[in-house]
Amino acid sequence: MAKRKKYDYSAFLFIAPILIGISIFYLYAFVRNIYLSFNDVGVFGERTFVGLENFRKLMEDPIFKRALLNTAFYAGVGVPLIVMLSVCIAWLLNQKIRGQSFYRTAIFIPAITLPAAIALLWRWLFNSQYGLINYFLAWFGVEPIAWLGDPDTVRWSILIVLVWAAISYMVIILLAGLQRISSTYYEAAQIDGANTWQIFFKITIPLLTPTIFFVTIVSMIGMLQVFDFIFLMIRVDTASYRYAVSLVTYFFETSFTLNQRGYGAAVSVISLIIIFAITAIQFRLQKRWVNYD
Amino acid sequence: MKVTNKYWIHLLLVVVTISTVGPFIWMILTSLKTYEETIQVPLRWLPDSFQWLNFKIVNEKYPFIILYRNTIVVVVATVITQVLFASMAAFAFARLHFPLKNTLFLLMLSLLMVPGQIFLIPHYQIIVNLNLNDTLTALVLPHMFSVFGVFLLRQFFAAVPQELEDAARIDGCSNFRIYWQVMMPLVVPGLVAMAILTMINSWKELLWPIIVNSSIDKMTLSAGLANLIGEHTTYYEQVMAGAVISVLPMIVVFAFFQRKFVEGIAQTGIKG
Repeated sequence: MAKRKKYDYSAFLFIAPILIGISIFYLYAFVRNIYLSFNDVGVFGERTFVGLENFRKLMEDPIFKRALLNTAFYAGVGVPLIVMLSVCIAWLLNQKIRGQSFYRTAIFIPAITLPAAIALLWRWLFNSQYGLINYFLAWFGVEPIAWLGDPDTVRWSILIVLVWAAISYMVIILLAGLQRISSTYYEAAQIDGANTWQIFFKITIPLLTPTIFFVTIVSMIGMLQVFDFIFLMIRVDTASYRYAVSLVTYFFETSFTLNQRGYGAAVSVISLIIIFAITAIQFRLQKRWVNYD
Repeated sequence: MKVTNKYWIHLLLVVVTISTVGPFIWMILTSLKTYEETIQVPLRWLPDSFQWLNFKIVNEKYPFIILYRNTIVVVVATVITQVLFASMAAFAFARLHFPLKNTLFLLMLSLLMVPGQIFLIPHYQIIVNLNLNDTLTALVLPHMFSVFGVFLLRQFFAAVPQELEDAARIDGCSNFRIYWQVMMPLVVPGLVAMAILTMINSWKELLWPIIVNSSIDKMTLSAGLANLIGEHTTYYEQVMAGAVISVLPMIVVFAFFQRKFVEGIAQTGIKG
C-alpha cells in the first residue's frame, strides 16, 4: 500500500500496561539506582549526597578488587569451556543414533533443576571426607581435596558447578541451531569425499556461528552475573568466601547484608559498565567470525 | 569405519550422561541411606534397606507443601501477567501504526541489555514503601513486565498474514477483537515458548525472594531450599531427601512436556 496509514491511537491501550510497568520498574528504578550510587544511604534509607565518594572507595576496596578478578576468572575461563563443551555435546546429540531421545532427556535435566538443589548436591559431591569426587580421585592416588574449604581451589570448584549447570541450556539452543543447517551442505561435502572432521570444522562450525555467537553472549552475561552457586555453596563467614566472591555476591552483601545501599548501588553501576563494554566488544568482533547467510 | 564411529559417539554420550545424571542418582541413593551409611569408609553404594523415614523427617522440618504452593502461585501469576502484557504490546508493535512507535521500541531494546541487579535496590525500596515486603505479591509485582517477551512475541504477531487482519477489519472487528480472537489463537506457539521460559526463570529465581521476603512461609521453593543449606548439613541423607523432594516433581513435568520445553528454550536462539 502506497498511501500512508493513519495513526491508530488505540494502540496505546495495548502498550499501556507494559509501558507503565517499565516506567516504574525499569526506567525509574534505573535512574534511581544511578542516583543512589552518588549517595551515602543509611539503614533506614536516610541519604546524604557524596558525589563520587562511593566510586573512589570502591577503587581502594580489596574485596571489590577480588570480586572483579574472580568475575573475570569465571567469565574468562567459564565461557570458553561452556561454549566448547556444549558445541561438542550438541553435535553428538545431533547424530542419528539409537537412544538419541534418552541421551537428550538425560542431558537436559540440569536446565530445569533448582540452583539450590544443584548446590546441595554438589556440596555433597565435593565433601572432602565422604564425597564421591574425592573417592574417585583416590583411585588415581590423589589425596583428598578440600574443594570448598581451600582458598586456592574454591574458585575452580565453583567454576565446575557453573559450567556443569550452564551447559544443558546451551546444548538445547545449539541443537536447535544444528537442526536448522540444511542437509544439502552435508550431502555435497560427502559427495566430495570429506571426512567427519572436515565436515565438522569446515561446514558445521561455520554454519553454526550465529548460534555460537548467541550462546557466547548469553553465557558471558550469565557468568558476569554469577550469584546463586557462590551464595549457596560457600558460607559467608568462611575464608573461602573471600576467594570466591563475585561482583553480584558483593553487590548483595553490601546492599542487603551490610545495608550500605549507596555503596551497593555503585557496585552495580560498575558491573553495568563492564557488561555493556564486553557485550559491545563482542558485537564488534562478531563481524570477523560469524557467518550469516 | 561407520560402525566404530557410532561406538565412539555412544561412548562419549555415555560419559556425558553419567556426568549429568550420575550426581542425581547419587542424590537419590544418599537420600535412602542411614546417616552411618552415608559416612561409611570405604564408600557404600547402596543402602541396606531404603530409609523412607528421611523424607518424612525432612518433610516435618521443612514446610515443603507451603513452599510448593507458594511457588505454584508465584509462577502461575508471573507467567499469566507477563504473557498477557507482553502479547498486548507485541500485537501493537507488530500490527498497529502509532506515534513514537520506533522510539519506544528502541527504548525497550536498550533495556534488554541492562543487568538485573541494577534494579534490585529500587525494587526493594518500592516494595517496602508499598508495605508489600514479605508477601507473595512482592515476588510477582516487579516481574510482570517482560521486555524480552515483547520481542519474542512481536515476531509471531508480525508473521500472521495481513489478509486475515484485513478480512477481520472489513467484518468490523475492533482492534481488541483482532488481537484476542484473530491473532492470539495463531500465535499460540509463541505464547507457549514464552510461558515456558518465564516458568523456568520464575521457578529458579533466588536473589529476589531472599532480598524481599524473610519468613519461610512466604518463600518459594528455590529460596526456601536455600535455607536447608547451612542449617543441618551434617545429615546429608536428610539434605539429599530435601533435594529429591524439590527436584523430582519438576523432572516429571519435564518428562511430560519435554518437546515443548526444548522448543521453548530453542526459540530464544532464533534470530528474527
